Amino acid sequence: MAESSKNVVKVIRCIVCPTGCSIKVIGKDDSDVTFEGYHCNRGLEYAEQEFREPKRILTTTMKVEDGTLPLIPVRTNEPLLKAKLNDALKIIAQKQIKAPIKMGDVLIENILDMGINIIASRNLEKNND
Amino acid sequence: MKSYKSDVVIIGSGAAGLASAIEIKKEDLSVLIIERDKELGGITLQCIHNGFGLKEFQEELTGPEYIQRFINQVLDLKIPYLLDTMVIEITKDKLVYAVNNEEGLIEIQAKAIILAMGCRERTRGAINIPGFRPAGIYTAGQAQRFVNIEGYLPGNSYVILGSGDIGMIMARRLTWEGCEVKAVVEILPYVSGLLRNQVQCLEDYDIPLITSYTVTKIHGKDRVQGVTISKVDRNFDRIIGSEKFIECDTLLLSVGLIPENELTLNAGADLSKNGGPIVDNNLETTIEGVFACGNVLQVHDLVDLVSAEAQRAGKNAIEYINTRYGNDIPSQGKIKCIAGDNVNYIKPDFINREDLSKDVIFTFRVNFPDRRVQIQIKDEENNVIYKRKKVYVIPSEMVELKINFDKLENKIESDSIVIEVIPRPEVLIEEDEVL
Repeated sequence: MAESSKNVVKVIRCIVCPTGCSIKVIGKDDSDVTFEGYHCNRGLEYAEQEFREPKRILTTTMKVEDGTLPLIPVRTNEPLLKAKLNDALKIIAQKQIKAPIKMGDVLIENILDMGINIIASRNLEKNND
Repeated sequence: MKSYKSDVVIIGSGAAGLASAIEIKKEDLSVLIIERDKELGGITLQCIHNGFGLKEFQEELTGPEYIQRFINQVLDLKIPYLLDTMVIEITKDKLVYAVNNEEGLIEIQAKAIILAMGCRERTRGAINIPGFRPAGIYTAGQAQRFVNIEGYLPGNSYVILGSGDIGMIMARRLTWEGCEVKAVVEILPYVSGLLRNQVQCLEDYDIPLITSYTVTKIHGKDRVQGVTISKVDRNFDRIIGSEKFIECDTLLLSVGLIPENELTLNAGADLSKNGGPIVDNNLETTIEGVFACGNVLQVHDLVDLVSAEAQRAGKNAIEYINTRYGNDIPSQGKIKCIAGDNVNYIKPDFINREDLSKDVIFTFRVNFPDRRVQIQIKDEENNVIYKRKKVYVIPSEMVELKINFDKLENKIESDSIVIEVIPRPEVLIEEDEVL
């Protein structure tokens, strides 16, 4: 780099494909950066998202009342801000849901007011024993 | 003893069993699925993380969502199944003996059998770690079942041995459940699972990945108190003096999978080096009319690939019943497929000469990671029959090749072929084919 004020802010390991490019985020500060070391556009898109606003699909379980199993697997219907994962987990852990449940049922609406729902990952029947 | 008949009996209702059953039912043959668990779905039910379905459904699903779609199809098609039923024996004559609480011992006469029993995890006994036998030692999949299905946490602080995908995914899962994962320890010099899991399951949560180390002692008599890890040399022998103690109350083992072979072996089918049954290009074992697919055949890295393989097994079982069953069609001979340089194993183990006009699907794994390689197939005279370039190969990613040998310039004259992955002359990575 010719300009000494620009340096590597962060190195992101691309997970789009197993090539696993190390993408360097280069710039003076967080607002003005360029990306180097990616080999495809999907890699660039991933690195931009991962640098500015990393998000993850959250997958966990929720307690079930009267079900054939004590838990139901759930997920966020869209990726959630990585920084909010722990808060979401705490809310989900406190909740209990009654069987029967169908895959795709919204179990928590608009979690953390982020416009994201927690949905059921499978069907779960009521326990008739 | 009650007796039943079914054109095809499928053993196991996981991703492989369900996908093959759906194929067969679509052709209007009778099919029966036998499952030992209390519900359909197999191991995918406990894999509650996402990343499934990108190939099969072009969308990203969790394990339960992925398998629920197949379960729904099975129910819609009214495919019969037995739950809580254990197959105890299959025979060369395609008799299936099973047992359950309702009917006791039952016998099913099939025309074809599809083996879809999946695999099991290697345990502490398979890797000989010294120490007492305290509580707190689990396989990663066992812990996954406790946490995701039964609702129990096996412990509070963990060391995970093995950086396979299940191990890394459990590291994140346990962290999310409020547990502490002290380290993931890997005997190889590199991570065994997918990069995606290394980044999103370990690096996201600053969980240390310690490579070229293994657990050499388990401390604790009643409950695990900690483990000693030691560095290993190139031969995986521990290096004296490199020991480190890590305090933990639970050790999870993610140290490999073994196909469930008991029924297969008992029936008299031959096994191959990778652990699963020997199959030809139709996924037919050395017993006529008995097919194998999914993780009982070879450990797959994606469930989507299991489904695709099982659909092939289903189609091939249909073709068997419609053409060869009860007819003595002479074989035109077999070509043996041999794993060569940097190929750990290859499926199929044989190709039938009469099938050379069809697409043959090869699947294999390499022994070590490499970049800018050439995959090639040679005959006994070292003539290269087929070659293609690949940007990278890694042991954790199964390689698939689809080849129609009749369309190739060089024909196979010999009785065997060798598949190898070799370095190729220097080329710029930018010139490579699109991934």
